Amino acid sequence: MVKEIERAGLPVVHMCTVVPISLTVGANRIVPTVAIPHPLGNPAMSPADEKELRRKLVTKALRALETEIHEQTVFDK
Amino acid sequence: MSDKKLRVVHYLNQFYGGIGGEDKADVPPSEREGVVGPGMALKAALGNNGEVVATVICGDSYFNENIDEASKAVIEMISKHNPDVVVAGPAFNAGRYGVACGAVAKAISDELGIPVVSGMYPENPGVDMYRKFAYVVETGNSAADMRKAIPQIAKLVVKLGRGEEMGTPAEEGYMERGVRKNVFHDERGSKRAVDMLVKKLAGEQFTTEYPMPVFDRVTPNPAVADVSKIKIALVTSGGIVPDKNPDRIESSSASKYGKYDISGVNDLTDDTFETAHGGYDPVYANLDADRVLPVDVLREMEQQGKIGELHRYYYATVGNGTSVANAAKFAKAIAAELVADGVQAVILTST
Repeated sequence: MVKEIERAGLPVVHMCTVVPISLTVGANRIVPTVAIPHPLGNPAMSPADEKELRRKLVTKALRALETEIHEQTVFDK
Repeated sequence: MSDKKLRVVHYLNQFYGGIGGEDKADVPPSEREGVVGPGMALKAALGNNGEVVATVICGDSYFNENIDEASKAVIEMISKHNPDVVVAGPAFNAGRYGVACGAVAKAISDELGIPVVSGMYPENPGVDMYRKFAYVVETGNSAADMRKAIPQIAKLVVKLGRGEEMGTPAEEGYMERGVRKNVFHDERGSKRAVDMLVKKLAGEQFTTEYPMPVFDRVTPNPAVADVSKIKIALVTSGGIVPDKNPDRIESSSASKYGKYDISGVNDLTDDTFETAHGGYDPVYANLDADRVLPVDVLREMEQQGKIGELHRYYYATVGNGTSVANAAKFAKAIAAELVADGVQAVILTST
């Protein structure tokens, strides 16, 4: 899906937990996430901390969209 | 050739290992003596040629979230039993299971040098990622194919375990591993090439001796200059749908996607949104779908001017055994609409 969206000319960032799969399907901008059943959350945290975690991940994704890349890139910092 | 019984260790996920469904997908590796689940059929197919001495089981989510540690633990458990051959799966079209089987195969061949046999549907991501490290029998896309897959796997186990000559992928029914083998041929290369060309010109069938790899990569689009000035859309393969799944998107092998209006929605709650995905434990997403589709924080960022606008619609499908052809078709249609609606960047989330 990422590849078809990219092909249509839209920069796309893939947020997912299993990065090797994302690399295989051809995503270019990849942000690793928390866990398969809750990529953008962590039920073990308090609701406030969990939202903060999500905010950080989404911010990282936005930064990835603003980053010029020339090959598949995993934004794990 | 020795006719001793081959020692086989079998790797299974939590489901085939009888531990449980998606709610148990986070169990760490464990081992059992002898056969479990599909190991019974494997044992029967091996007959006097081999014995399944142990079974190692690991939850699919646990494995995929901790590939390095999980591989290490699994290899330790497997190596203790001194196997001649390791069987992983078959995983059919289960993506996480296929990746786990492939990673186990890679670790085994890297560290122990023991042959590994698995079984997968050609679209399983585990095939492309790990085909070099295992003999992967081509199976159908669901466990309905178990009865056919197991004897094929057993046949390769015996061949490999006995050190017999392995035929080509087409002869033996496994998927190409990208391995080139030198062979002596009766005719020299120039003649074979011309023969092929003649056949091609005549429109006849011929088989290439060196299939070209298929690379389907898309060049990254230029970066967005400033996300605070653009409209961003959310797309997910994690199956987030409005309560009661109005479009009845299937929990696996999805045949469609949904387009849902989130104007005015600041937060996805347990009584407004849920997941239709059948390939992961739905408890966390059903309680708070923002854990898969981050509408709450994007809405805040929109209000704070950190992003220009969150697109009024989000798109969702279920990426669980869904064919690559369908997924590509959905995404093409979605992307065309997004472009027409003036969206300039996409966040795609997957589970």
